[in-house]
Amino acid sequence: MHSFDVLIIGAGPAGIAAAIAARKSGVKVGVVDDNLTAGGQIWRGAVPRKWTDAFLNSGTHLLAGTRIFDAPQQGLLLAKTLESLIELRYERLILATGARELFLPFPGWTLPNIMGAGGLQAMVKGGLDIAGKRVVVAGSGPLLIAVAASLHKHGAKLQAIVEQAFLSSQTRFAASILSQPSKAWQGAKLLWTLHGVPMRHGAYPVRAEGDGRVRSVTLSNGAKVDCDYLACGFGLVPNTELASLLGCRLNGHFVEADEAQQTSVASVYAAGEITGIGGLEKSLVEGTIAAYRATGNLAAARSLDRQRKTTHTFQRTMDVAFALRPELFKLANEATKVCRCEDVTLGALEPFNSWREAKLHTRCGMGPCQGRICGPILRGVKGWRDEGVRPPIFPVDVAALVQTSGVQAR
Amino acid sequence: MPQAIEFTINGNSVSAREGQTVAAALANLGICASRRSVSGEPRGPLCGMGICFECEVTVDQKPHVRGCQLLVHQGMKVQTGA
Repeated sequence: MHSFDVLIIGAGPAGIAAAIAARKSGVKVGVVDDNLTAGGQIWRGAVPRKWTDAFLNSGTHLLAGTRIFDAPQQGLLLAKTLESLIELRYERLILATGARELFLPFPGWTLPNIMGAGGLQAMVKGGLDIAGKRVVVAGSGPLLIAVAASLHKHGAKLQAIVEQAFLSSQTRFAASILSQPSKAWQGAKLLWTLHGVPMRHGAYPVRAEGDGRVRSVTLSNGAKVDCDYLACGFGLVPNTELASLLGCRLNGHFVEADEAQQTSVASVYAAGEITGIGGLEKSLVEGTIAAYRATGNLAAARSLDRQRKTTHTFQRTMDVAFALRPELFKLANEATKVCRCEDVTLGALEPFNSWREAKLHTRCGMGPCQGRICGPILRGVKGWRDEGVRPPIFPVDVAALVQTSGVQAR
Repeated sequence: MPQAIEFTINGNSVSAREGQTVAAALANLGICASRRSVSGEPRGPLCGMGICFECEVTVDQKPHVRGCQLLVHQGMKVQTGA
């Protein structure tokens, strides 16, 4: 069993910043992450030097390769590594569970070598050799450009970058970030890297074809593009499962947090993408504020309020610029799989009026990912809401569940 | 220079660079599908970050291991479902 004054869930930018700030009070701090190393998604395999040093020197206890699956009582979480079951006790909890990509179904989207945009980038960081491979990057949001630039650097032959938002809305976005010179400079550098790559605005994939893997993708403008990989993500969805399990109130899709980054549950704080998709700076400042608040360092927390406000303005600009077009939710046909774990087609959902009903009859959303992929799809395509979470929030084997019941009985 | 790791995939001896994930190693060997879906479709990695479970393989007889969340190691036995 591990016991911490401050326990942080997620070792991405928000979690790392929170750990560094919490350790300034000298308390015992732990960070848990399902991934093998700290960094989260944006810093996967490349945490900036300044942050790595501060994190490594902070005296934080990192539990990597560890996923939380239950919260049986207040102050206690249960987690699983590949080998064992772990009990984690805490006084204060900071949720920095980040976001995943939004996938939208279109005919052929389940073919191998069609991945998320961030998904393919993560695979490349995990050692996938992309050099010489023909790649189409599609979907929406600033992540597409960042991913494309990174793939290009690794030698991928980019066939096209396909952004569903119209150029006009992105021009406004570009204009608005000119007020933040560092962001504008970053964006300009990325675009310069990609000069010569066909960039299609206001377009999206409507169909993918292949035999055993993707061979081509057809776009909404009629163009058919041959490719070895299709990297396709339509923005980000917050990972709110643990927050919901703990009873934290949601505001729309996001975890509600007050000016102290405190959730509706006592001693539980939230920071980063789970409170609103706003990127790196927002995550860093919210993680820091949450930790200062959780450790009673009020003056330090207050000094960052203005900085946080700037990141929230940026968040709203992004929401508008990359708002998803309604056509994107109508690409699947009757035979298109919506739930990939249980192979439930859109047609099979026809008789049902809610996700709950569909679950009972089709197992839609009841496979290993537990609706993390199809839940946001059902929200967009069918207008269905998810109806709470139940433990275990990640699949665990029966042996772990038996041990769990022992913990609950104590 | 990263060390070469020798292991097997479906009984065949293969090698990958140290530090690679199992999912990446499979892709580099031209194996795009890690599993078959419940209706028999080939499936490969989707999210790359441990959420979707499409990259599940069996490792040293342990089923349902996410290939994107495990690094290759010497002598491991990987079994795909595809």
